[in-house]
Amino acid sequence: MSEAAAALDTHAEGFHDELEPSLTPGNSGKLGMWVFLAGDAMTFGAGIAAYGALRWYNVNWPDPADWLGITLTAIMTFILICSSLTMVEALSSAQHGNQKRMQLFLGLTVIGGIVFLGCQASEWHHLIWGEGLSIKTSLFSATFFILTGFHGCHVFGGVVYLSTLLINSIGKEATAHEAKLLEVAGLYWHFVDLVWILIFTFVYLI
Amino acid sequence: MAETAAAHAPHGAVEHEGPSYIAVFIYLTLLTAAELGVYGLGLPKPVMVGALVALALTKAALVAMFFMHLAMERRGLWVVAVTPLVIISFCYFMLRPDLSRRTWAHTEEDVIVGHHEEPSAILPQIPQGKALEHADQPADSQAGQPKPAAPPPPVPQ
Repeated sequence: MSEAAAALDTHAEGFHDELEPSLTPGNSGKLGMWVFLAGDAMTFGAGIAAYGALRWYNVNWPDPADWLGITLTAIMTFILICSSLTMVEALSSAQHGNQKRMQLFLGLTVIGGIVFLGCQASEWHHLIWGEGLSIKTSLFSATFFILTGFHGCHVFGGVVYLSTLLINSIGKEATAHEAKLLEVAGLYWHFVDLVWILIFTFVYLI
Repeated sequence: MAETAAAHAPHGAVEHEGPSYIAVFIYLTLLTAAELGVYGLGLPKPVMVGALVALALTKAALVAMFFMHLAMERRGLWVVAVTPLVIISFCYFMLRPDLSRRTWAHTEEDVIVGHHEEPSAILPQIPQGKALEHADQPADSQAGQPKPAAPPPPVPQ
């Protein structure tokens, strides 16, 4: 190998020590997703902070238990936690080259997301047509629909994202590149789970 | 070129030496059950809120650290992960003084329809002409001159 070629060899020993080290060595897509999620977290955070501040100074804020069903949302929380587990199992399978197992767990993750959306649609249907709530009814209903709706949009996006990966994997062998794509998608899915954990506590329980 | 993931796994490029995912899942389930237990105990509100927030943050940290592999990533990635939390804290505490000046939600009706107050009723009125009195002077016109000993007289309300 010539001296010039050796200088360009990014796999050479010590290459990362000489240049700026990557925050996510081996998968730059992860850094991109982390930066995106940081921005997304600020959007969610602004919504939750506004909700908290509005509620703090509103002495007549209704008790969420009077309007919202805790049992259903506890089940929804458990479904998302299960789907996070199937997501990491899918990634682990992909990293070990087990394509069938990866597809099984990725499919279960997608189903978990769809079931979650179904539960949320049922809850919204009850609140809007059964209880007569709308985004214009009160500050309570406005913050509720904005926070849970924004999160529901993320779950829907995640279902489309993971379904695309699943469909693309059909009839193909496991590759290292595919495992990297799945790891990036997994970051998104776990973030959606993390945000729901906070919404479940702040909006439903407290 | 069809590289298999299994062939790459020994290099450690995508492999993580992490904890048992099942264990993390069980912790998350137990913490959710604990949240429901705290919720149903009928504790005093401040105690309940504190316990629920602590449990939720613990669950969120478990997801970030182990499912999102933050515990196994380089420490520099923490800067990306923690920055939004700092900014969100600022966002919340900057909203509070603004809201504390308002006197809303004294009645049930206020909560339902919101309490709207004309800005002129809560903001001090600035007399016309006073604010722009010295606007035509360059900013450095008094440079080098001693500062006036007494502050200017207050603007009449």
